[in-house]
Amino acid sequence: MLFQDIVFWILSVMAVGAALGVVLVPDLFRAALLLAVVFVAVAGFFILLSAEFLAVVQVLIYVGAIAILIIFAVMLTRDVKHGNLPNRLQIPAVVFATLLLATLVTVAVDTEWNFLPAEQQERVDLVQTGAVTTLTGDLLTESGVAVEDQPEVQKAGLADLLIGDFVLPFEAVSVLLLAALIGALALVRPSPGSRRG
Amino acid sequence: MVSQAVIWSIFLLPLGSFALIALVIRPFFNRYSLIAGYATIAALGTALGFSIWTLRSVAQGHDLRFVPLEWLEVGSATIDMGLLVDPLTAVMLVVVTSVSLLVQIYSLGYMKGDPSFARYYAYMSLFTAAMLGLVLASNIIQLYVFWELVGVSSYLLIGFWHERPSAAAAAKKAFIITRIGDVGFLIAILYLFTQADNFAAAGLNAFHIPDIWQAAQPEAAAGALLGGAVLTWLALGIFAGAVGKSGQFPLHAWLPDAMEGPTPVSALIHAATMVAAGVFLVARFFPVFQHSIDAMTVVALVGAFTAIFAASMGLVMNDIKRVMAYSTISQLGYMMAALGLGLYAPAIFHLVTHAAFKALLFMGAGSVNHATGTFDMRYMGGLRKHMPVTYVLVLVAGLSLVGIIPLAGFWSKDEILLGAWDGTGLVDTWVNKITFAALIAGVVATAFYTIRMIIMTFHGEFRGGIEKELEDKGETAPAGASHDAHGGVHLGESPFSMVLPMAVLGIAAVVLGYLGNPQWDEEIGIPKHWITGFLGDGLGKALGQAGHVATLEFSWPMAAVSTAAALSGIGLALFVYLRRRDQAVDPLEQAGRLHTLAAQKYYIDTLYEDVAVRKSFFRIIAGTLDWVDRNLVDGTVDLIGWFFRNIGTALGKFQTGQVQAYATGITFGILAIILALLLA
Amino acid sequence: MSFEAFLIVSAILFCIGLYGSLARRNVLAVLMSIELMFNGVNVTLVAISKYLAPAALHDDISSVLTGQVFAVFIITVAAAEIALGLGIVFAMYRTNETVDLTEATELKH
Repeated sequence: MLFQDIVFWILSVMAVGAALGVVLVPDLFRAALLLAVVFVAVAGFFILLSAEFLAVVQVLIYVGAIAILIIFAVMLTRDVKHGNLPNRLQIPAVVFATLLLATLVTVAVDTEWNFLPAEQQERVDLVQTGAVTTLTGDLLTESGVAVEDQPEVQKAGLADLLIGDFVLPFEAVSVLLLAALIGALALVRPSPGSRRG
Repeated sequence: MVSQAVIWSIFLLPLGSFALIALVIRPFFNRYSLIAGYATIAALGTALGFSIWTLRSVAQGHDLRFVPLEWLEVGSATIDMGLLVDPLTAVMLVVVTSVSLLVQIYSLGYMKGDPSFARYYAYMSLFTAAMLGLVLASNIIQLYVFWELVGVSSYLLIGFWHERPSAAAAAKKAFIITRIGDVGFLIAILYLFTQADNFAAAGLNAFHIPDIWQAAQPEAAAGALLGGAVLTWLALGIFAGAVGKSGQFPLHAWLPDAMEGPTPVSALIHAATMVAAGVFLVARFFPVFQHSIDAMTVVALVGAFTAIFAASMGLVMNDIKRVMAYSTISQLGYMMAALGLGLYAPAIFHLVTHAAFKALLFMGAGSVNHATGTFDMRYMGGLRKHMPVTYVLVLVAGLSLVGIIPLAGFWSKDEILLGAWDGTGLVDTWVNKITFAALIAGVVATAFYTIRMIIMTFHGEFRGGIEKELEDKGETAPAGASHDAHGGVHLGESPFSMVLPMAVLGIAAVVLGYLGNPQWDEEIGIPKHWITGFLGDGLGKALGQAGHVATLEFSWPMAAVSTAAALSGIGLALFVYLRRRDQAVDPLEQAGRLHTLAAQKYYIDTLYEDVAVRKSFFRIIAGTLDWVDRNLVDGTVDLIGWFFRNIGTALGKFQTGQVQAYATGITFGILAIILALLLA
Repeated sequence: MSFEAFLIVSAILFCIGLYGSLARRNVLAVLMSIELMFNGVNVTLVAISKYLAPAALHDDISSVLTGQVFAVFIITVAAAEIALGLGIVFAMYRTNETVDLTEATELKH
């Protein structure tokens, strides 16, 4: 546990520091690079939270695609050097953000959370890791799962849920993605009658 | 016995011809507008036949009470559409349909070539239908509906040549002044409505006319319903409506101006429909009136005053139709006075005879106008030689109006004078005396202005007609100046379609008096005092009395007095007018101020138009309302507008267009909600 | 490494993102801040998924993966958002020659 704690604290400092950098660094290009650092740290959090699949997705999509896209955009808009200026809403933004943070922290600390029973924790970890690991019978037996419970644990997985219980949101989100891509294309297309300058 | 359908069709036939003309003939066959005239005449001819049938049935004593159609139920009062057929109704039906029929035939000639021929007949049909509906109505609401319909159609007809400003103004004046009287009538109806519960408790319907009669009878079970001051005010409210419609003082001002309509319209208005409606209304509610001495006194005195007052103005008018208009007002005063004295049957009798000779007089005026193009008697004269038939007929009608034995007007007027002298006990004696004096004076004045009119129109030398009139007024182009002009002067008798109805009315003006048959028992096929007895019995039946009522006996002394009065008026007129061959100046103008006073209509029009309307109404009421509107109403509105405009300006400051500012607002809102939920 | 620690870290990420999206002039910075907020939310969801017991735990063990499914959806939506957002940035840049949000006041009219 100590190792994991140390990792957590390192990642936390990394994430929060990089995030502050994103919003405060005047150079937009550096801000974009710091954003990639935040993404990597969050991927680390996912591994700590036994969501290895999500960690992989995070690195692929955020670091690999979104961060790169943003860097491209920053370079294309030529406002790099003095781009990241504050506007006139500094004070209300700070006040509101601080108030919200205080509220969220209070809620996080004060709430009586309904934690998983300790005897279930091992099994839940197994299920959640199942997305990236083959759960063989031996592995499960080693982890203390009774033989009769093994098929249930083996069967459970992210993919089953996505195309099972959550198939409707899954399809909706794919349509959304498609629409967004077409919309983006339509937006950047040169307007008819005007030559691309 | 006549069936319900026949009686309904008396009303529905002219209404149908109105619908036919308005919806079919005028839109699609306006080129053949003559069929509009024929349709109206056919409808009215049939209606006249049915009316005579109804009269015969009523005279034979058939029970003509029909179950009314239920129209509306308002609280405890039921508004019906029904028929009330009694002798009064039957007589009125015949008068209205016959006069209207003759007027329509006359109009074929008079209105020939008018571009709005079909529209004219549509209005005439509507007018007649409204009057017939009014006569037949068994329910006071139903009666009021047709009462106002008569007003509307008279408005349409008086303003028939609406492109003429004077006609439009006259129509408006007629409409507004009669409406003033109608307010009283409406208040009376509304009072009855408030009493609907009490009526219902006594088993009566507050709107059903016979039930209203019954409620006014002191000896009846429901006698307490209407009585005392309430009864008086109710009667006066109804009388107010009648004053407006019948042109009694002080609401008489519209009637002379109503001359702006086509002359046949005047004939119809003055003889059978519009003005008769007022007299009919008082007669219809006579069982109510007769239990209030005060109301009866008011009716009698207003009638008597109007009779002499209008006659005095008729003395000095130069427009032939205006003379006749004042004559009508005066004669209506006789009828009102008779009703006020309790002489129910003589009043209606006079209405019948008056309908005949007054319609004839107006047709004569139209005929004269047809020949000379003008209505101004100063430009007529000598027409006796050119239009002998018209002359004879107008002379007969005029003498009938004056009351020369043995013409119709004599008998009916004589009944009224006799009744006024004898008294009926319904009003105080002094009222009888005053009324009698006024009516006798009225006879002298009537004789004078009638003979003056005839002399100025038909005797002496012809004075040039419309051409001379326009020349004197400095106008050169008569084209389109007057529809009545009929293309200038062409002296000669009028066409057959105009002379025929005049001849029929001329015969009626002679013989109608014998409906009253004062002398003989059964020798001429009419029972003695038939019409007064018939009407009186109808009234008695309405009041629940059995048997025949007493009728006035003919009295030689009274006949002598009235004839003497009439002859003195005639003699005076002959003395004044025949003596002077050159009629350049009216001899009456020597009376100086008195002449001016009468010629200016006693300044009553000035009073109404200048003082009442312009000064009081426009300045004070309209001025006050204008001030209130400008300052209070507009001020309030402006204040509200100012308030919200400033709020809007203030709120607009937040409307920066900065999407992040909006997002900050959203954040604030979410934060507030979260905190509220957590801290609550 | 407690559950509350994850929640607090993700809350910090979210609030930094909020501040950035409200207070930065450059539209790209705003987009990046929004990505920060997405990530904060994702961490919260996955942490809840790991530590808290879902109501359907005894019927179906796979209900413990619900939080991760949500995270997957959010990542997808974020991808769509960044695609559209960058499209808008380019369109704005092309018409206004700037990516300064305070210059964009079309909403005022």
